[in-house]
Amino acid sequence: MLQTQGLGKQFLLHLQGGLRIPVLDHVDLQVQAGECVALVGPSGAGKSTLLRSLYGNYRADTGHIRVRHEGEYVDIARAEPRLVVQVRSRSLGYVSQFLRVVPRVPALDIVADAARDMTQAQARARAAALLLRLNIPKRLHGLPPATFSGGEQQRINLARGFIGRHPILLLDEPTASLDNANRDIVVAMIREAKQDGVAIIGIFHDTEVRDAVADHLYHVTAMQDS
Amino acid sequence: MSDETLLSARGLTLSFGAIPALVDVDADLWPGEVLAVVGESGSGKSTLLNVLSGRMAPQSGVVWYRDPARHLHDVHAMPQPALRALHRSDWGFVHQNPRENLRMGVSAGGNVGERLMAHGSRHYGQIREHAIDWLEQVEIDARRVDDLPRTFSGGMLQRLQIARTLVTHPRLVFMDEPTGGLDVSVQARLLDLIRGLVRRLNIAAVLVTHDLAVARLLAHRIMVMQRGRVVESGLTDQVLDDPQHEYTQLLVSSVLQA
Repeated sequence: MLQTQGLGKQFLLHLQGGLRIPVLDHVDLQVQAGECVALVGPSGAGKSTLLRSLYGNYRADTGHIRVRHEGEYVDIARAEPRLVVQVRSRSLGYVSQFLRVVPRVPALDIVADAARDMTQAQARARAAALLLRLNIPKRLHGLPPATFSGGEQQRINLARGFIGRHPILLLDEPTASLDNANRDIVVAMIREAKQDGVAIIGIFHDTEVRDAVADHLYHVTAMQDS
Repeated sequence: MSDETLLSARGLTLSFGAIPALVDVDADLWPGEVLAVVGESGSGKSTLLNVLSGRMAPQSGVVWYRDPARHLHDVHAMPQPALRALHRSDWGFVHQNPRENLRMGVSAGGNVGERLMAHGSRHYGQIREHAIDWLEQVEIDARRVDDLPRTFSGGMLQRLQIARTLVTHPRLVFMDEPTGGLDVSVQARLLDLIRGLVRRLNIAAVLVTHDLAVARLLAHRIMVMQRGRVVESGLTDQVLDDPQHEYTQLLVSSVLQA
């Protein structure tokens, strides 16, 4: 579903006198449908950078990122921006660590907005069901999430990521600010998505969560500064 | 995915005396897509908007527009009446200052209905009904339909301008700092409104803004301008989160985090 080949990434910081920070080099990983690959490695090794590159949020400098999109493979590292927009809309979902949304929009609308291939009424019903499953009580659905706790915001983000039912899902620390009960719910949701054939690549700091969902580990190693 | 652009510009160049406002600028816009143009004051972004929309002629370069029948038009070679007709039908323009677009001596409903009449509607009852429907879509109380715009707040005026612009269902809207000059509390609501309308009506838009957060929330793609040149362009979140050009890195790192 997703495969990288010789993926490399460095940051060039013009404002720091052209400082070059190499982060990724020769990353070759792949994930099949119904499979979960966990990115592992010490803090600062480049796990988040890798995940963001797979989504096209960061620009890969070298190599390929082939993503299955409507029966064909699109190279995210090279595709035109508007094609990447299409791939994200239909094939590739991403749950970031932080919620970034238009202020003053209610939680339910934020989640329903990310649904696809359904009517507005269906999207709202599905969004409400997902939020309830993630223990966001009904009284919060109509409120904008800016004032919610970190864990609540993360669950809004998860609901938003899962409602799109993308065939490929990237998860950046999806359980980082959750208590045990909510963590178990997210683990169950990830397992169900796998059963539905979703290919998942994620960063799971929590080893229990990782053991519960991951089929393979991909080790990201920190590069030496050149 | 359609491969045919709605609007294409090549080699746009324009100087004001010794000051370059546009230097060899290319731009493409596809149907249903929002393109943000960002940069500081004097970067040429508003000039680009004026040239793309035919309001200002470039010294060299060309702007192509593809009409619904897929005929291509050289925007700057069109006769004035044809260009004006285009601005009344397929296109819309949202100014930073809504007073530039609104008729302050005409009621709110009249401001919206007038566009429909220019578009060919003649039935007074239907026009009024349609105008009221649009006032509600931009969250203006229907009871204000007969009030003059001068009794409206800045945020309401901006929403009225948006209703007046979108009532004829344009395919392409040019927006010049649509949230500029408004209170922050009003901005958020307006952003959400624009985002919803653009998506629901599948409108393509060129959005000029100096506010990177506005670009992030509304635009699929972004172009960064400096001294009349496009220094970087691409996916909005990629350009903002992983800027490659020195100037973009400076812009992004200069934003205050609230």
